[in-house]
Amino acid sequence: MPEQADVAKYNSKSDKLHKQWKVDLIGFAFIAPWLIGFLGFIIGPMIASLYFSFTNYDLLSSPTWIGLDNYINMFTNDSRFWQAIKVTFIFVFGSVPLKLAFALFVAMLFNTKRRGVGLYRTLYYVPSILGGSVAIAVVWKQLFGRDGAINDILSLFGIPSVSWVTSPDFALSTLIILVVWQFGSPMLIFLAGLKAIPAELYEAAAVDGASPLHQFIKITIPMLSPVIFFNLVMQTIQGFMAFTQSFLITEGGPMDRTLFYAVYLYEKAFAHFDMGYASALAWILLLICGIFTAFIFRTAKSWVYYESEGGK
Amino acid sequence: MKRQKNLKTLIYHGSIWVLGLFMIYPILWTIASSLKPENEIFRNAASLIPSEIRWGNYLQGWEGFGDLSFATFFINSTFVTTMVVIGTLLSSTLVAFGFARVNFRFRMPLFVCMIITLMLPQQVTLIPQYILFHKLGWVNTYLPLIVPAFIGGIPFFIFLMIQFIRGIPRELDEAAYMDGCSTFGIFWRVILPLTTPALATVAIFSFYWTWDDFMTPLVYLNDTKLYTVALGLQMFSDPASLSAWGPMFAMSVASIIPQLLVFLFFQKYLVEGITAGGVKG
Repeated sequence: MPEQADVAKYNSKSDKLHKQWKVDLIGFAFIAPWLIGFLGFIIGPMIASLYFSFTNYDLLSSPTWIGLDNYINMFTNDSRFWQAIKVTFIFVFGSVPLKLAFALFVAMLFNTKRRGVGLYRTLYYVPSILGGSVAIAVVWKQLFGRDGAINDILSLFGIPSVSWVTSPDFALSTLIILVVWQFGSPMLIFLAGLKAIPAELYEAAAVDGASPLHQFIKITIPMLSPVIFFNLVMQTIQGFMAFTQSFLITEGGPMDRTLFYAVYLYEKAFAHFDMGYASALAWILLLICGIFTAFIFRTAKSWVYYESEGGK
Repeated sequence: MKRQKNLKTLIYHGSIWVLGLFMIYPILWTIASSLKPENEIFRNAASLIPSEIRWGNYLQGWEGFGDLSFATFFINSTFVTTMVVIGTLLSSTLVAFGFARVNFRFRMPLFVCMIITLMLPQQVTLIPQYILFHKLGWVNTYLPLIVPAFIGGIPFFIFLMIQFIRGIPRELDEAAYMDGCSTFGIFWRVILPLTTPALATVAIFSFYWTWDDFMTPLVYLNDTKLYTVALGLQMFSDPASLSAWGPMFAMSVASIIPQLLVFLFFQKYLVEGITAGGVKG
């Protein structure tokens, strides 16, 4: 009888293999749309762009290999590249913390059961859904123009008019105000996070005599840290990719003071058709975003608190 | 005690209204400016009340310039946005079901790849994608705008759907399987109907992002007849060709009306979707 048992065992094993094969086929059939896009539109193009970054390529004639020249030029010869880096860093470091702080502040205001909170939440979210549109960019330019409404309002307080958009000192701040104004998405995410914190924690702390500030530091911040982490990563990446605001409102100017990295890259690629150089720029952007994301993930271990892991 | 509570409530609502006015002011200002006579827009800039209401700005703006009216841009945008929403819904639900419910080999590494692309800056793939589409002869057509949506172009939506499907009890799948349902049957008859709220969220966000999108059409569309609302508005507001501020503001308002309407009708899904995606993530 041993043989028969072996056969049965073999059969069930092959049956299992057969089944796994079938499951694989079904699985790949479902994810096929993404997989095709991933290979054809992401991995393929990325490899191509790595290659182009070592070439001189104007789209019309075929690319010629120039080795590291693009990168060397970028770092040693191209002051606008450094300007773009500087502007983008100021923009990200200026806007992201402000936006998140503001989002958290407003979320805490709305984390009560008072009347009208639903309406308020909606009101505060509207700028964020419209914020990315060309209409808002176009309007922002006029609103902060020399004859714009902002100057009119400021003059009521005796503040002299400034041409916000075209002044080298204020142009970047004007764009930062625009993105901070669109704090709606992180606000909603914070709000959901706040609602998930058990009320007992605050009650217990209040019994122990902890002040609101103390409760905020010892309870709210740690309990909210996974959400803060998520918002921080998403907003930072979005900040590095910012394009429309600078392209439309300040056109990179004045004197390159708002030359966002994405705008510079676009210029190189689609105004000068220097695809090789633009590819190199894109890879440096990827590197910068990668380093930042990795850095945030690295430090996350020390400040992000996950309940399921039983603390830090 | 009660008086103190009342005072607190008053301060709370008062400060939210004041802050809220700042939040909403630029939008109100745009609407007000779109109705003002030309010479008033920058003379009484901060004021939100026009001395007389000029609906004519809308008519004049809608006519556009040359032989291009805003109707063309709206039709173009509506077409592109509809196709993108359909494509996104189809691809993101199929892919999400595959990742969430089918235990195929290489599922985890592929899932990780997808999560990484979630954080990939658009600019990195922009240039090679442009070269690819250029070679395929797709530049100056809607294909580069639409096709990516059908092949899971925005991983965020797949991710959102996966999170949602994971929340549906697996027992439902098993019961259907016992009743002789195929995997596709489980997807079609069990999971898909249950994901309606998530589908609504995905549809709304993909509507917003496509309607708003400026960079992709800017890169791929040269022919002004193909322009979307975003590009049309940019062309309209170009200082070199700008003659009329009132109509320009009127078209700015017109371009955000579809977004405002969607927001009014679907804000429940919008708010739920963003909080679900964020917190579970």
